[in-house]
Parts: sequence; structure tokens; C-alpha cells
Amino acid sequence: MKVIHELCDICGTCVAVCPVDAITVSEFNVEIDNDICTNCLNCLKVCPAKAIVEGE
Amino acid sequence: MVKDRYDIVVIGAGPAGSVAARYAAENGASVLMLERDREPGIPVRCAEGVSHNGIAPFIDIDKRWIASQIDVAKLTSPNGESAFMHNNGLGYVLERRIFDTALCALAAKHGARLITKADALDLIKENDKITGVKYRYMGETREVKCDIVIAADGTESRVGRWAGINTTVALRDIDTCVQYTLAGLDLKKDTCEFYFGNEVSPGGYIWIFPKSDSTANVGIGIAGHLSHEKGPKEYLDEFVAERFPNATITYTMYGGVPTAATLKEIVRDNIMLVGDAARQVNPITGGGVVQGMIAGSIAGKVAAEAVNQGQFDAKFLKKYRKEWDKTLGNTQKVMHSMKEKFLFMTDERFNNLVSYCKKIPSDKFSLKVLFTEAVKGDPKLMLDVAKSFVVSKIKLK
Ligand SMILES: Cc1cc2nc3c(=O)[nH]c(=O)nc-3n(C[C@H](O)[C@H](O)[C@H](O)COP(=O)(O)OP(=O)(O)OC[C@H]3O[C@@H](n4cnc5c(N)ncnc54)[C@H](O)[C@@H]3O)c2cc1C
Ligand code: SF4
Ligand code: SF4
Repeated sequence: MKVIHELCDICGTCVAVCPVDAITVSEFNVEIDNDICTNCLNCLKVCPAKAIVEGE
Repeated sequence: MVKDRYDIVVIGAGPAGSVAARYAAENGASVLMLERDREPGIPVRCAEGVSHNGIAPFIDIDKRWIASQIDVAKLTSPNGESAFMHNNGLGYVLERRIFDTALCALAAKHGARLITKADALDLIKENDKITGVKYRYMGETREVKCDIVIAADGTESRVGRWAGINTTVALRDIDTCVQYTLAGLDLKKDTCEFYFGNEVSPGGYIWIFPKSDSTANVGIGIAGHLSHEKGPKEYLDEFVAERFPNATITYTMYGGVPTAATLKEIVRDNIMLVGDAARQVNPITGGGVVQGMIAGSIAGKVAAEAVNQGQFDAKFLKKYRKEWDKTLGNTQKVMHSMKEKFLFMTDERFNNLVSYCKKIPSDKFSLKVLFTEAVKGDPKLMLDVAKSFVVSKIKLK
């Protein structure tokens, strides 16, 4: 999974639904660790800004 | 000077964290709050609606953080009929940027310390026991030791995960939200509006919370599992184009509200979770400010007691859980079952519900009436609803 930083609002919604804690947040950035991610697509479905896409 | 050891470290300076910090400090503990952002309360991710009775026990009402007073709620069904609710008690639309900072100032007045731009990275553990927090401050990694961590890190709720607690929210229990602050409107400043319907806002609602007679927070939350190609922004844009075609957007914000029941585990040895992090939001309204403050006050007091007695194990900290369930947690559980009935209703049921409520004199129409009618035909839930309205007389102090 990949975060499109231009669209991401750093709202944390994706983090709440990630079952494996693959998403990290800082004041200015959100990152997905694809070594942990299981491609469940939860984050992509709930992202209100449509800032998450498939792929690395 | 920031010390390298405190009795309690609170992660997150939202309403839940700052109220927890205040009550812990007031009851004798040394407390440090860590906040990732440059200032508490920003970016605002909230429609800013609260009840007077909810916040008044915690802070003296101050004009500086009140945008408008709300006396009326208007509910609109999918077919466009509206019912008005007049006797639900006084409400406010806040300026959360100022409100959250005022709560932090109150915590500071009672002796708690806050550091902004301090991003918690992980818990420090010794032989599996939580003994502190690792955080980044201005590019530098620091450590602070403590006996209790209070995780008040909001929707993300990662701190609890670091302690081994499962904080993941199911898709149907997260509301995915977009909100605009609009200017150039012509509004009744004392009326907040709610719009329901599966074509309007599936599994949630659209709100208009006026901040003045020409500006308002206008937003939407839809249930996570119902957000597909058409997400919350598409629904909200349709609504705004029709209702406020000439409005100017002065602020755009995205967010997520956990509309679940409280987590199974909100304490473990040396750690307590409060507010959105513990999933303590009202599952129907999505309101979490007052809920977080109530949870924070209970957690803060129990944490201070733990410090005074030198007992930091889950067994002792469970007092917080017990008190929370008695105060709001049990009601929240009922609300959560009711959410399934209420927010996932067919449009036809919604239309009938609003038609029914319209006939009730507006000064007799209350949330209790609304919910009781909404769960009609389900005797067990009806009884639970009735009970929850009796219990929700909140005990504080
Ligand atoms: C669109 C929307 C509309 C809403 N409308 C309303 C409403 O009208 N009324 C209402 O009552 N509620 C509303 N809510 C819910 C309300 O905003 C939350 O319930 C409330 O803010 C929860 O308070 P909290 O203290 O638990 O968390 P938050 O206010 O989210 O605070 C958490 C804090 O922790 C910080 N943090 C997170 N991780 C770290 C870390 N690792 N290190 C340091 N700091 C960290 C964050 O920066 C943040 O400041 C709404 C929510 C949304 C998204
Ligand atoms: S949900 Fe979307 S906008 Fe929010 S933090 Fe995740 S990627 Fe960014
Ligand atoms: S796809 Fe699933 S596992 Fe991967 S980051 Fe998103 S929510 Fe987490």
C-alpha cells in the first residue's frame, strides 16, 4: 500500500482500522510499512481523502 | 526544565489527555503531557458541538472558546421532512483550538507539565514492564521514565498497541468524515441541523453546526464499510452544492470517529487508555469531547491514587474501568447496539420516524422519544434504552 502525500491530511483514520499496526504517523507524515502490511485494504476503504492506493 | 522522571506521562493533549493530566496533578501526582503537534487543539478535527451540562463540571464557561449557543436541533429525513427538538438542553459550538488550549492551561495550573512538538515513538519496557516513554522532540530522541502511562492519543490509538492491547476498530465501527467550514451563509445561529438517509449519508449523517449566522461547520460521517468509490467527500459535495451553492470554504478537514463500544481492555499494568484511544465515543452521535473529559477525570483520579499507594498493576487500575462503565460505559454499550437500528435504518423507516416525531410538540420531543421510537418492535432494546436514560445522570467529583 502507498500513501499519496499530496492528498493525505494526516487524520489517522487509516491507523485505527489497520489490524497489524503497519501505519506510522508523525506531525507531518504518514507511512505504510509494506513488510508488515497484509493487503487487507481496510485503510484504503476508509481513507476520507482517498490518499491510499495499492502498490509499493 | 523537563525532568527525566514523572509519576505519570500522558500521551496526547486533547480533551481526554488534558483532563486526565489535570485530575492526576490536582490529586498529588507529578505529570508530564506529550503532544505531537505544535499546539493543542490543532488541526481541529471536530464539528465542535457539545452540551453545556457536559463541559460545565470541568471548566468555567468562557466566551473566548464559544462560537455560538445552540437551543434547537433540526432532524431531516430522506424525503425532506423535518422535526425540531427544543428541550435537549443548552449546547455550544466551540472554538476547539482555544478550548483545548484552555484545558491544557488548567492542567498546568494544577501542576501538570506539557511539551508540544513531542512525538511519542514507543514505550520503554524493562522485563516486559512499562517503565517510560521514548519520544522525539525537535529532531532529538529522548526518554522519560514513569510509573503510569496514560494513552490519550486519539483515533490512532497506537500507544495501546505498543502495550499489547488490540485497539483496531472494525470497518462498520469507524465513521469516515469530511468537514468544511463554510462562510457566506444565511443561517439561524441557534439551530444545529442533521440530515439522514442512505443516499445522503449511509450509516451516518450530515451536520450543520453554525459558528455564527453566516459561518458553519458542515460535515459528514459515513460508516466505514459503506464507503466505496463514492466516499464521504462526494456525498458532502453533493449536499453543499444543493444547499449552499454560493458558499466559500474556509477550512477543509478529514477525520475518523471510532463509533464502537469501549475497548475490552483499557488498562494493563502501568498503562491506562482514555478518550478516542479507548473508543469511548458516543456511537450514535459520534460525540467524544465530553466523553473523553469524563473518562479523563476518572482515569486521572485513579492514577493519582495508584501513585499515592504505590500500586500500578492492572488489578488496581481497573477501578477506572469500573467507574467508567458505571458512569457512561454501560450506556455507551446500549447506544452501540442502538446504532445498528438507528443509523442503518431503511429510508422508509427514517421517513416514518421523522413523521412521527413531527407530531410531537417540539418541547416534548427529546432524544429519549426519538430513540424509543427508533427501536420500537425490539422489546429488549427498548428496555435498555429506557434504562440508559435513567442511568445517564452523571456523577462527578
Ligand atoms: C469530523 C469530526 C467531527 C466531530 N464532531 C464532534 C462534535 O461535534 N462533538 C464532539 O463531542 N465530538 C466530535 N468529534 C469527536 C471528537 O473530536 C473526539 O472524540 C475528541 O477530540 C477526542 O478527544 P481525545 O482527547 O480522546 O483525542 P484527540 O482530541 O484526538 O487528541 C489526541 C491528541 O493526541 C496527539 N497524539 C497522537 N499520537 C501521539 C503521539 N504518538 N505522541 C504525542 N501526541 C500524540 C494528537 O496530536 C492529538 O492532539 C468529531 C470528530 C471528527 C473526526
Ligand atoms: S486516512 Fe487517509 S488522509 Fe487520513 S492519515 Fe490515513 S492516508 Fe492520510
Ligand atoms: S492494507 Fe490493511 S494491513 Fe495494509 S496498511 Fe492498510 S489496513 Fe494495514
